[in-house]
Amino acid sequence: MLGLAAGMFALAPWMINAAPNEATMGLVYKIYFFHMPSAWMFMVAAITSGIASARFLFLKRPSADGWALAAGELAVLFGAFTLVSGPLWARKAWGVWWVWDARLTSSLMLFMIFVAYLLLRKYGGPGSDKLGAGMALFGMANVPFIYVSVNYWRTFHPLTSVVPTLPVEMGIPLWYCVTAFTLLFIVLLRMRTRLEHQRVRVEALYLLEDES
Amino acid sequence: MMRAFFRVAWIVVRKDLTVEVRSLEILSTTLFFAVTVVLMFSFGLVVDGRPLNDVAAAILWVAIAFSGTLALGRTFERERHNDTLRALLLAPADRPALYVGKLAGILLLLALVEAVLVPLVGLLFAAPIFVNSGYLIALLAGGTLGFTAVGTLFAAMLVRARSRDVLLPIMLYPMTVPVMIAGVRGTAALFQPTPDLAVAMFWIGLLGFFDVVFVTLALWTFDPVMTD
Amino acid sequence: MSSDFDRIAVVDVSRHYGRRKALSQVTFTGGAGDIIGLLGPNGAGKSTLLNILATLLSPSRGRVEYGARTATEAGADIRGRIGMLGHDLFLYPELTARENLVFFGQLYGLDQAVARAEAALTRAGLAERANDFVSGFSRGMRQRVALERALLHGPRLLLLDEPFTGLDQASTETLVNRLRECQASGAIVILATHDLDIVDGVLSQAVFLQNGRQVGEPAPGTGLRQRYREAMTR
Repeated sequence: MLGLAAGMFALAPWMINAAPNEATMGLVYKIYFFHMPSAWMFMVAAITSGIASARFLFLKRPSADGWALAAGELAVLFGAFTLVSGPLWARKAWGVWWVWDARLTSSLMLFMIFVAYLLLRKYGGPGSDKLGAGMALFGMANVPFIYVSVNYWRTFHPLTSVVPTLPVEMGIPLWYCVTAFTLLFIVLLRMRTRLEHQRVRVEALYLLEDES
Repeated sequence: MMRAFFRVAWIVVRKDLTVEVRSLEILSTTLFFAVTVVLMFSFGLVVDGRPLNDVAAAILWVAIAFSGTLALGRTFERERHNDTLRALLLAPADRPALYVGKLAGILLLLALVEAVLVPLVGLLFAAPIFVNSGYLIALLAGGTLGFTAVGTLFAAMLVRARSRDVLLPIMLYPMTVPVMIAGVRGTAALFQPTPDLAVAMFWIGLLGFFDVVFVTLALWTFDPVMTD
Repeated sequence: MSSDFDRIAVVDVSRHYGRRKALSQVTFTGGAGDIIGLLGPNGAGKSTLLNILATLLSPSRGRVEYGARTATEAGADIRGRIGMLGHDLFLYPELTARENLVFFGQLYGLDQAVARAEAALTRAGLAERANDFVSGFSRGMRQRVALERALLHGPRLLLLDEPFTGLDQASTETLVNRLRECQASGAIVILATHDLDIVDGVLSQAVFLQNGRQVGEPAPGTGLRQRYREAMTR
């Protein structure tokens, strides 16, 4: 799976290169092949973290904490990709680095929530796994509210269409990139979760060793 | 069952009020802090003696959020002082009822703060607070409840955590962005020369929805996060 | 009462925070009328164990049985049978002695919370200072109120964290006598302390803890202080 993801990423530049340039945006619109899959994975990661946290909190599955933490870190990672590539796009499309576009702003807010989640996990001290789980769960529940509120807040100003309608020769590379990012997400999630689970096991062994 | 629940919540509220009435510590400091925040922001946002657009609504809600954070932190610091939060958790009472009790106490406190804050903002920025005051009260109630519902849970969770003073705002502010947007936009719509009631109504509805979802979630999560 | 029990069993209980272990494989049992001492230096895990016994903390491994059931099986009602006196006393300094007792009595859902609070104040010898704020009390007086607070609901299991710290001779004697009363009424008393001389002769059982670990109990017969020294140097 790691190989497949790596292979797809290696081929991605060709695929993207093969796509025709968009009329008004020229070459720069190809950021979109990177931006949109990141944003999707950002959402998937946030939801994964929230669901895993709920399982940890309510069903008391200790292993779910590892999934929640891994997905939380990936949410920050893909969120950062999204938030870096978004302004790059905005610079070309609208001439400014940052616009208070509904999606960009709500992404920023969700990103902030998961950065706070990681800060809590790191600096919260003992018991921060439970606290973090509560935080991630609330973060997930907050997604629709953030989206609706930011969206409606923005409709007081002229709304610019972000998503160009894609012809087929652009659509294929786009879906190719989405698949590659999904694979990358799954690979990273599994690796990071395994690492976290192994860390827990090493600690358990360490404690056991200490006792005998 | 329900009666026992509200009885416990009421006992906790009454205890918190008794303590607060005697010391007035949290109310007076929070209130003064809120006034300070209003003035600080005014210096930045009033240009040539005239406030920028919608500034009154923005300053009002920023002041509510800041002083709310202060009140939350202080309230739970008080429960931490003699480890009394642990004593509350030791009681066989319904844990969510303890949450509701703490929540109600802080809400009452913030209601008093807002009772001073809103007229102050109205005075300083010539905001029409008495026109459509029903809408304004609904916005304030819905927004404060949403903010405090999330804040009470987080502050209670953080009692055991290290660096809780800084973690509370870090966690609370991003989480309550919808409340802030709804509060500010709704209030701004009311403060316009011709108030836009439809817009205010939309934000009141969103706040109501937010409150229902997050109070429910907090009631669910309070017990599992408080046992370690 | 269905949640009642007359025996407590700590079976192989461990608790760790990440890689730091606060408690490691502690095992002992106690029955009605026992006074069990948890003895050891600071950081030995005494408070952690008391918190686990109070159901505020769950053990990483092992279990605590209240009668035949663990805390999770018994549910929230079990907390109504446990009384705890924490090191920080669990009192609101801004409230009067009476208000503190009434508040906790009502929180525990007791009938006649006010009458019980009065009786408790009399027992603590503080009936005439009932309306004074706890913040104005001496350590010994606070301790007495706090102990009565923990005993207000007639708990089966009484947990005390360093109850003798900062007490003068007279207060200490009062406390010991009160513990003996609890013992006679069939409570299980578990106390963490390092005041060995005071509890010598009071304890029916001693659990020696060092670095979270239970250290082997030397043969009884000699004084507690000597047994403690032997246990710690092993």
